[in-house]
Amino acid sequence: MKTILGNEILKTSFKWRSYISFLAIAAVVPLVEIALKLQGTNMERGMMRGLSQDFLLLGNIVNGYFVTQMIMNALWIHVPFLVTLGAGDQLAGEATAGTFRLLLTRPASRSRILLAKYATTLLYALALVAFMAVLTVGLGVVLFGTGDLLIFGRTFVVVAESEALWRIGVAFALATWGMWTVASLAFLFSSLVENGIGPLIGTMAVIIVFYIVSNVPADLFTAIKPYLFTSYLDLWQKMFEDPIPWNEVLHSVYILGAFSIGFYAVTWYIFLRKDILS
Amino acid sequence: MDDTIVLRTYGLAKRYRRRWAVRNLDLNVRRGEVFGFLGPNGAGKSTTIRMLLSLIRPTEGRVELFGNPLTRRRRAGLRRIGGLVERPDFYLYLSARRNLEIIASLRGDNSASDINPVLETVGLSTRAHDKVKTYSHGMKQRLGIAQALLGSPELIILDEPTSGLDPQGIKEVRELIQRLSREGRMTIFLSSHLLSEIEQTATSMAIINQGRLVVQGRVTELLASGENIVRIETPMVDNALAVIASSGLATSAHVVGSMIECSMPRERVADMNRLLVQANIPVHALVPKRSLEEFFLSITEGASDK
Repeated sequence: MKTILGNEILKTSFKWRSYISFLAIAAVVPLVEIALKLQGTNMERGMMRGLSQDFLLLGNIVNGYFVTQMIMNALWIHVPFLVTLGAGDQLAGEATAGTFRLLLTRPASRSRILLAKYATTLLYALALVAFMAVLTVGLGVVLFGTGDLLIFGRTFVVVAESEALWRIGVAFALATWGMWTVASLAFLFSSLVENGIGPLIGTMAVIIVFYIVSNVPADLFTAIKPYLFTSYLDLWQKMFEDPIPWNEVLHSVYILGAFSIGFYAVTWYIFLRKDILS
Repeated sequence: MDDTIVLRTYGLAKRYRRRWAVRNLDLNVRRGEVFGFLGPNGAGKSTTIRMLLSLIRPTEGRVELFGNPLTRRRRAGLRRIGGLVERPDFYLYLSARRNLEIIASLRGDNSASDINPVLETVGLSTRAHDKVKTYSHGMKQRLGIAQALLGSPELIILDEPTSGLDPQGIKEVRELIQRLSREGRMTIFLSSHLLSEIEQTATSMAIINQGRLVVQGRVTELLASGENIVRIETPMVDNALAVIASSGLATSAHVVGSMIECSMPRERVADMNRLLVQANIPVHALVPKRSLEEFFLSITEGASDK
């Protein structure tokens, strides 16, 4: 099993395509943070205008943590796309290249090969989110320093500087958990087709349709909302509420986990019976 | 060669939606043979090979490798064979060596130590560290044979190993197969759509057409079996026909276009020629056609006409 997993990690890491998502993040995050830095105190003044009438605001408000939280809010719709770019290619890529014929005519069980590929997919999503976390927080702290984390959401929350970092850490971990469900869906689609684009389009189509359904306040849509996995992808945002609603977080974690396992089980069922015609 | 059967199929069949690609196929491959699997394009050769290597599931029938059913003893069976199915596709962005390392590791034995020898065998040692992307078709084909040889399998299954190669490449692959069979004592299952290919390398063969087995047996016996059709080209067709008829050497003779076709045993062809020449009939050409070859050409042409 270890060597099969090693093979898959090696294949993924040697493929140019795997780095597109990393490059995208490596471009976008510094771009946003540098733009914010250049904007300087104007932005701070703009945002605080309303608040400073009622509160006395002291200290470094636009700090690294604040910027991180802002970028997470801005990008969490886009990161699934980047995760899918890698995950959707795991099985379909082998079909396109014709290399399933090399892989599946060997004395290694299909289940193990599939599991290794799934593990690689999850590692890929983890690496991508971790890369984003380190880059966003690291560059943010370097450019903007640290301070208390102010959140302007449904409610106004102040997270003490001492708590900000671990909350951000857990938020990224929860975001990874959500991305694993997205990756599992892309992996499932990847088992069905022989090209790398299909899973990408399929997964994004599902996510976009589900988001729309989740956000239209029609009775029918509200009724099905709890059954859509996309309704739980915002679980990381709960780390910036006060107090943290741990019950809701856990609930989302269970449901997303169940979806991931479900998607994998379907993939397994399909893949074990699949005729390799590529 | 002994009589142990290393590969056997019973009533093997595969249906794609409503079309049967392979039907009721019984194959027997004995240890040490070079087994030619002959059929026109689209006859079901690759579908059969995919079933032998567990890439696709038979709709009916079963495959036995070394006496064990493939479905229940898949890994044990596959451990003892090596295969190349259709085009030799590899991870193009990896070197040939890395590709072989991946395949060797999936075998789970010490076949990694075979990598250098097999690269040597197919003459790719000097290019082993280059990405497969940079390889010519012929080199990929050789790498395809190399990967089938990893772990010194007892049986190797090669699907059209000479397709797309130049004459020199075809010759090299043919010699390689003969060497593996002779020195490596491997059983080799080889598919082709060319009779000449099978004739030159194989000891046994099966012909498949439209998914069904047509004939199976030793190459020498199959090629020698039956009467030979001999074509005689001469400007004096009528005189020649009279000589042939009175000679009693041919079992039948009739005119086809400007030629005479007679059916006769091969060993009497020389006598026939002498008689014609003695009767002052100029013989421009005397072409023995084997019935199997005629038959195979007829099905091949039939298939390509569609």
